[in-house]
Amino acid sequence: MASRKPVRWHIAVFLAPAVLVYTALMIVPLFGTLAQSLMNHDATGARIFVGLRNFATLFGDAVWSDAFWNALGNNTWFFVIHMLVQNPIGIALAAILSTPRLRMAGFYRTAIFIPTILSFVIVGFVWKLILSPIWGIAPGMLDAVGLKFLFAPWLGKEEYALTALALVSVWQFVGIPMMLIYAALLSIPDGVIEAAEMDGITGWSQFWRIKLPLILPSVGIISILTFVGNFNAFDLIYVAQGALAGPDFSTDILGTFLYRTFFGFQLQLGDPYMGSAIATAMFGIILIGVCIYLFGIQTRLRRYQF
Amino acid sequence: MKARASTGRTIAAHAVLLAYTLIALFPVFVIVINSFKSRKAIFADPLGLPLPGSFDLVGYRTVLHQGDFFLYFQNSLIVTVASLFCVLLFGAMAAFALSEYRFRGNTLMGLYLALGIMIPIRLGTVAILEMMVASGLVNTLTALILVYTAQGLPLAIFILAEFMKSVSDDLKNAGRIDGLSEYRIFFSLVLPLVRPAMATVAVFTMIPIWNDLWFPLILAPAEDTKTVTLGAQVFIGQFVTNWNAVLAALSLAIVPVLVLYLIFSRQLIRGITAGAVK
Repeated sequence: MASRKPVRWHIAVFLAPAVLVYTALMIVPLFGTLAQSLMNHDATGARIFVGLRNFATLFGDAVWSDAFWNALGNNTWFFVIHMLVQNPIGIALAAILSTPRLRMAGFYRTAIFIPTILSFVIVGFVWKLILSPIWGIAPGMLDAVGLKFLFAPWLGKEEYALTALALVSVWQFVGIPMMLIYAALLSIPDGVIEAAEMDGITGWSQFWRIKLPLILPSVGIISILTFVGNFNAFDLIYVAQGALAGPDFSTDILGTFLYRTFFGFQLQLGDPYMGSAIATAMFGIILIGVCIYLFGIQTRLRRYQF
Repeated sequence: MKARASTGRTIAAHAVLLAYTLIALFPVFVIVINSFKSRKAIFADPLGLPLPGSFDLVGYRTVLHQGDFFLYFQNSLIVTVASLFCVLLFGAMAAFALSEYRFRGNTLMGLYLALGIMIPIRLGTVAILEMMVASGLVNTLTALILVYTAQGLPLAIFILAEFMKSVSDDLKNAGRIDGLSEYRIFFSLVLPLVRPAMATVAVFTMIPIWNDLWFPLILAPAEDTKTVTLGAQVFIGQFVTNWNAVLAALSLAIVPVLVLYLIFSRQLIRGITAGAVK
């Protein structure tokens, strides 16, 4: 039917502005980076094509590959914590918030979202202050409830620092899954809920058996957003631990590794070619995750049109 | 019996939400109360409220004498609002084209635009910088607006298309039978129906733009185009040991985004409730 119609110009008009801006400022520069990952400089500093040699260095040369796998492992742990802590808390808060006739729901929702609007500059600074063993709000508070022995300088210990920062990031971003799930829960028609109540399905069993299946597409969206966000993360680690992602690289993730390589730090000069190779590797990792979501998960989710 | 169970549940719901609200607001509270205290009081009693004995505005005086924070606010506001407008308008238009029409290359176009969700625009920074230098846009707010529009579009299109798929086809077809053009169907039928999604997208787009440190630092670090986040970061660097000034600067950086968010959050509430009433 559509093929018999004349050219539908309105489609082009609807698409043009977004496609133009997006192509010029995102796709073209990105391809510049991907192309650069296949380049390096020769002895005279001239730019030459080296094929996949940068990647051979990145994965094969122990100086580079140790740092790369360390960053990838840390990044995976960072993501796991977000999936296990941030998203369940976000969904639970949204479910509680969407209780019908709950007073002050607007206030709670607004307040819980506030950390998300703060810049990393603020978040990094304030949590360093709170967790600091010197100024010590955290040790003081633990002392007040008799749990002082639990305190450790978390951000300064190799075994805790990454987890502590991941939890700070969870604290900051829990509002995003909460908001998306909340909007999805509100868009469930009252008729469906009323029918469930007629059948005697209320409370938690109503949430598990009626609402959760209906909002699964939104749960899928927040999962993939979390994945992409975490594997692009950089700022929080940078403002809290600096570009060296201390102590002893225990909080180094792909973003900080890329930054150090690309722009250099202390005495090491920036290397745009290896930086581009790392950026390309990150691109590959994210692409794999997104493909798993798009083709493995999203197509199996049932969508309901109300 | 039933009433009592539901009262118990309501109390439990309030307890959980209140507890989490405290966790969410506590660090902000710490910054703000301490920014009003003297240096001695900050260290002696970090959790104490600023009382007559410890109240001190010295931090704010330092900030207001040192940096041009009003100009920074203005820059951040212009950049954020202009980018937001472009993202929402262009994004909704593209999302409508993708979710509404079957045309050759639809899926491909969708994937092409979704590519930007997974790639941080930062990966192309060097090429972007070269482009801005070539076009003379370095140290202008226009450069930032363009970059942020490109950055925000993919996610906006993705979320809005997802929501537009659930707008009833009958409604749009009824509009077509009444002789509305495709533009009218988009602007006066579909757009109002996806308002809750638009408000959600607006909040998600606005925050990273306001808080971004990277592009202001690289594309527009000049004094008269500094954004407030960059201003605050530079300030922290200069006044590391002057905690009064740093805490005051951070408080000042929180206030405008908080106000902007509170304004939008009322839209958000209105949008969400309008969407829920069918």
